[in-house]
Amino acid sequence: MTRRRVNVRMPALGGQGAVTAAHIIATAADYEGYYAVSNPFFGAEKRMAPAESYARIGMEPIYDRGEVVYPDVIMVFHPQVITMGKSYTMPFYSGIKRKGLIIINTEEDLLTEEDKERLEGIEVKVFNFPATRFAIDIAGTELSTNMAMIGALFGAIGAVGLEAIEEGIKSRFLKKFVASGGTASLDSALERKFKKKLELIEKNLNTAKAAYELAQRWSQEQGLEPFLPPPPKKVTV
Amino acid sequence: MQTILEALTYNRAGQRVVSPDYLLFEAPRTKHFMTGSEAVKETGKKASVDASVSYPITPQSEAAHLIGELWVEGYVGVYFRGESEFGVMSEIAGCAMAGARTITTTSGPGTLRAFENFPMWAGTRIPVQLVLMARGVNSPLSIQPDNLEVGFLLDTGCMIWYAENAQDLFNMILAGFMVAEQPDVHVPVITVVDGFFVSHTREAIMLPPDDIALPPYNPYKAPMPVIDAEVPPGRFLRDPFVMKSNYISYATHASWQWEVRSAIERSRPYAKHYLRGLIEEFGDPTAELVFVACGTAAAQAKEAVRLLEEEGIKARVVKLKTIRPFPIEELKQAVKDAKYIFVPEFNVVGWLEREVRRYLYGVSEAEIIGAPRVAGGMTMPAEVIVKEVLKLTGKEVKHVL
Repeated sequence: MTRRRVNVRMPALGGQGAVTAAHIIATAADYEGYYAVSNPFFGAEKRMAPAESYARIGMEPIYDRGEVVYPDVIMVFHPQVITMGKSYTMPFYSGIKRKGLIIINTEEDLLTEEDKERLEGIEVKVFNFPATRFAIDIAGTELSTNMAMIGALFGAIGAVGLEAIEEGIKSRFLKKFVASGGTASLDSALERKFKKKLELIEKNLNTAKAAYELAQRWSQEQGLEPFLPPPPKKVTV
Repeated sequence: MQTILEALTYNRAGQRVVSPDYLLFEAPRTKHFMTGSEAVKETGKKASVDASVSYPITPQSEAAHLIGELWVEGYVGVYFRGESEFGVMSEIAGCAMAGARTITTTSGPGTLRAFENFPMWAGTRIPVQLVLMARGVNSPLSIQPDNLEVGFLLDTGCMIWYAENAQDLFNMILAGFMVAEQPDVHVPVITVVDGFFVSHTREAIMLPPDDIALPPYNPYKAPMPVIDAEVPPGRFLRDPFVMKSNYISYATHASWQWEVRSAIERSRPYAKHYLRGLIEEFGDPTAELVFVACGTAAAQAKEAVRLLEEEGIKARVVKLKTIRPFPIEELKQAVKDAKYIFVPEFNVVGWLEREVRRYLYGVSEAEIIGAPRVAGGMTMPAEVIVKEVLKLTGKEVKHVL
């Protein structure tokens, strides 16, 4: 099955960093040489309330924007998306395309027999992955859950490599800081902040990398093919 | 005679002043990855802006905030927060009357609260630029994208332009200043994008370098003098003789209203130049099935054209970049061989369909279909547009599971 586009839907809870994750995913894919777009869906979101964001990665310019109604990949950031129905769509996998992929941040299997039957019927693979546990073990904070999810996505779909992921994470957390501060004029307070920031980035990178490798192995075991052909390289707008 | 402003080599921020054509079409560009709100900041950085006034309302708050950062960085002369949207639009008018190049932003209910000011801007002939990030205005409340408010703005005497994405928005804002400030135009320009679909979407954008900028605004070339309480526009505001009930006051009001609309008509050649045409066409030029759309609806229609191609159906998109002035001749030419014209829209009333019908009445024999139409923040997946087309052909919809 050759795709020209991978549409990713990320149901999450407010505060988990799904918007940040979408931005990093699109930035990394763009760096890798694909066309990419990310956008959040905003209500009056608050912590623990449903929140959703989207990323689109493709071989040709992407015009499409807004909610991803027919996703190739769904990344469930929190078990409550499924167990408490904290999702914009019901069931959470509504609209998923044939041979799609679902990554769920969970330590246990949350799907019913009916869910499994329906998903198997359209050849959708489900990857149960304890992203929060991963984040706590490697980064020492559950706040890095989104980094684990990013790593898992790219490890599983096999289209965007670790260098691009690193670039995506760095550009999200580093670029603006350097641009506005001016490296030469950093005072000691800023330097301390900067050091803390670098440590944080390091932890995030390690979390994403470990998740990437785990998902890559899972993907090989499942016999998954890369979701996209190699990137079209030169991206012009 | 060259004025001091025209002889400037560097602007207030220390950027080298270049010709608008160089900045828009010739300067080398590099790729960046950013949101539409960030693109507004990038434009402000290259537009030699004198003044901006802001007030928070979703989804334009970020753009307004980022213009404030430009002020901190020295790119914008004056920046402050108004006491409400009405305050903002009044205060920005004051800045413009005093001879400043001005930019401000608003959304949905903010637009409505400020509404009295828009025809005032046009009547006062100030080239204010408003970046409108459209959002729902109906009750029940929606903070999501919906462009009903644009339908309300059509006849305020302001130019209305519509950008599809961050790149469009960047280019349009720069072009907007150049067109709005032409002495024979000199009316406000409202540059519209769909909230969230553009403001919060992160995508690739090509930008010229930071050390060059547009020539500063030259208020001495304005068709009316910079604020003066004894002559228009100051005199209009201080002691409006049109407040008297006599025939000459009615005639003055009427002729001035016509003049404002004529000014919009006179913007056509400039807009054509700086926007590289008032419409953009996408898809098979021989297709008899045409989508006429603007903004995100045009983006979604482009995706639908690709899906329809897989179904063996030829289609194309005519994207309208300007709504006021309406690209009448361009549209007539573009749809002369069309059999079906779909007008997809992000609002319940179909204001664009009305416009399309109005200008194609008696000109085109194509069937005009005002669909699909979504509102209140709904997305318009390309599959939904395809479904609408396939209804016409009686074909099965394959894409929807």
